[in-house]
Amino acid sequence: MLQDILVTGLVNGGVYALLAIGFSLIFGVARIVNIAHTAFYMLAAYCFYSLLVKAGLGFAVSGIVSVAAVTLFSVLCYRLVIEPVREHESAVLIATIALALVFQELMLFSFGGHYLGIPSTLDGVVNLAGVSVPYQRLLILVVAALMLVATWALLYRTRLGLAIRATANDIEVASLMGMNVDRVAMATVAISVALAAIAGVVVAPVLVVDPFMWLSPLVTMLAIVVLGGLGSLKGSLIGALVIGYVEAITVFALPSGAFLKGAVALSIMVLVLLVRPEGLYGVVFEEER
Amino acid sequence: MYWLRRGWAELKNEVFVLPSRTAVLAWALALLVLPYVYGDPYVLRIVTLTCLFAIFAASWDLLAGYTGQVNFGHALFFGAGAYASALVSLNFGVTPWVTVWIGALVATAFGVVVGYLCQRLRGSYLSLATLAFPLIALGLLFAFPDFSGGELGVSGLRRLATTVTANYYVAVLAMLAVVFGLWLIADSKFGLVLHAIRDDEVAARASGINTPRYKLAVFAVSAFAAGLAGALFAHYIRVAGPSTLETALSFQVVIWGIFGGAATIYGPVAAVFILYPLTEWLANFRAIGELRLLIFAVIVLLVLLFMPRGLSPWVRDRIETACPRCKQRNRAWRSACRLCGAPLENRGRSAISEKLKSP
Repeated sequence: MLQDILVTGLVNGGVYALLAIGFSLIFGVARIVNIAHTAFYMLAAYCFYSLLVKAGLGFAVSGIVSVAAVTLFSVLCYRLVIEPVREHESAVLIATIALALVFQELMLFSFGGHYLGIPSTLDGVVNLAGVSVPYQRLLILVVAALMLVATWALLYRTRLGLAIRATANDIEVASLMGMNVDRVAMATVAISVALAAIAGVVVAPVLVVDPFMWLSPLVTMLAIVVLGGLGSLKGSLIGALVIGYVEAITVFALPSGAFLKGAVALSIMVLVLLVRPEGLYGVVFEEER
Repeated sequence: MYWLRRGWAELKNEVFVLPSRTAVLAWALALLVLPYVYGDPYVLRIVTLTCLFAIFAASWDLLAGYTGQVNFGHALFFGAGAYASALVSLNFGVTPWVTVWIGALVATAFGVVVGYLCQRLRGSYLSLATLAFPLIALGLLFAFPDFSGGELGVSGLRRLATTVTANYYVAVLAMLAVVFGLWLIADSKFGLVLHAIRDDEVAARASGINTPRYKLAVFAVSAFAAGLAGALFAHYIRVAGPSTLETALSFQVVIWGIFGGAATIYGPVAAVFILYPLTEWLANFRAIGELRLLIFAVIVLLVLLFMPRGLSPWVRDRIETACPRCKQRNRAWRSACRLCGAPLENRGRSAISEKLKSP
């Protein structure tokens, strides 16, 4: 059981980290609480399904095409829906909620509400320390790790990353130093949605795809981001691992744990907030006046 | 006779001077006479549910719009009211007229607890943390199905009244009373403090306002109203189910609140009265019934693109203008302020008078 907990926690934590880091990036740079973040993850899963099962393309092609398509689509949504109301924080909030609902209903309409299964990308199991781990879960783990490293490299080793970090730090000064803040925000949206889409594509074969699959990861992701501190990437990563393991422990160790896993994870978030209102690694924002 | 004359004078001087107040009065009267004019049970059912959700949306607005504590888990109070009232009335056989208040009080207790836990949280942290509470409650309900009925909820409740019309009046009167009460609170000195807390909490504290106590109080009041709405809802549809705690309901109330215009009380109520019957009405059409949520979301998006501050502030700015000197509101087509006589800058109107003067 211990090995089960270790492996499941790590795999789930990896997926959560992909989602949470993307969400955290958008919040840090553009101060957008993007409720539609996991809806893009759902869109990517559907896109992957239709390319792979309906159109019969290969795994690699459909994966890459769906990530690219969803990313482009997110930039389009940002330009058309979010950017015109950027000054009104509350309008942005419900615009993202409404976007998520639109995606959910569109998918419900075009694919129906039933669960769709996607064949595994890789079949077979490998024996790791006494637990048999399907290759698919190993693939999730590897992709998550690669993407995290790539995001780190992008943020800390490129000029775009420098601009993103500068904008997150202080948008006005970044603008004064000649950075195109709007362009940076758009690039951030693209990067973060791409991370969500990659998560959707690799996870789809393990889960079932349905129009409501965005809700439960959304809540977990928000819990992680708040736990780790809004806008902090390190916090999101650690929060993702904490929540991933907490969920795994609840499911394996408690009776009726499957129902309680969300409640326990969220209670941990509330506990952390009671002790540190800005999350584990959050910075205390100076009150804007 | 004196009171009649006095009442008429009040009406003329305080209500009919402003188109928005006239509209509110007309709307309240229309709700009260509706069963006599058009007694279709289906319509009455929709309006009853609309009224209950209007209470819920107005209570969210007091907390989120006025005080700035944007609550993403408002369904917790709705669900707490619904479940508490349902369980008490079923297990102890108490009449729903009593248990509705018990439900509201239980919701108030939840409000105080949530408010206490979230005391130190600001802005987005508060929103995202409050999202968690109804889900924790939902997890507990599913984990102990013997007590809560699990997925099916608590069913077989008694209604407050027996006939359709009586139930309708219970909901309408409750709605008018609660919304008017919330509006009075929001318009009082207490409401002014709430505005101050939203705009600048540090400055409010520096002015000697005990902001944590005010925030707790507003959490309690808002939760009380939401719990009342939840309890009435449960007894009306005769089931207290997990749907009263779902994230979808929490998001729904956020959409109503912001769509109608935050920090107005009447805005969210207007939004519920527009959006809820609209979605129900769309469900009647076979061809687009499945698409109703889609249409709902698209309408919300489009309205926001044109009126980012919400529907009711936008409409109010079209039909009323604020006096530049005394800040009182006036009909948009008046040329001088009704209270201090200062000339009003009117769009359209002033352009015409300029034209008349110039030759």
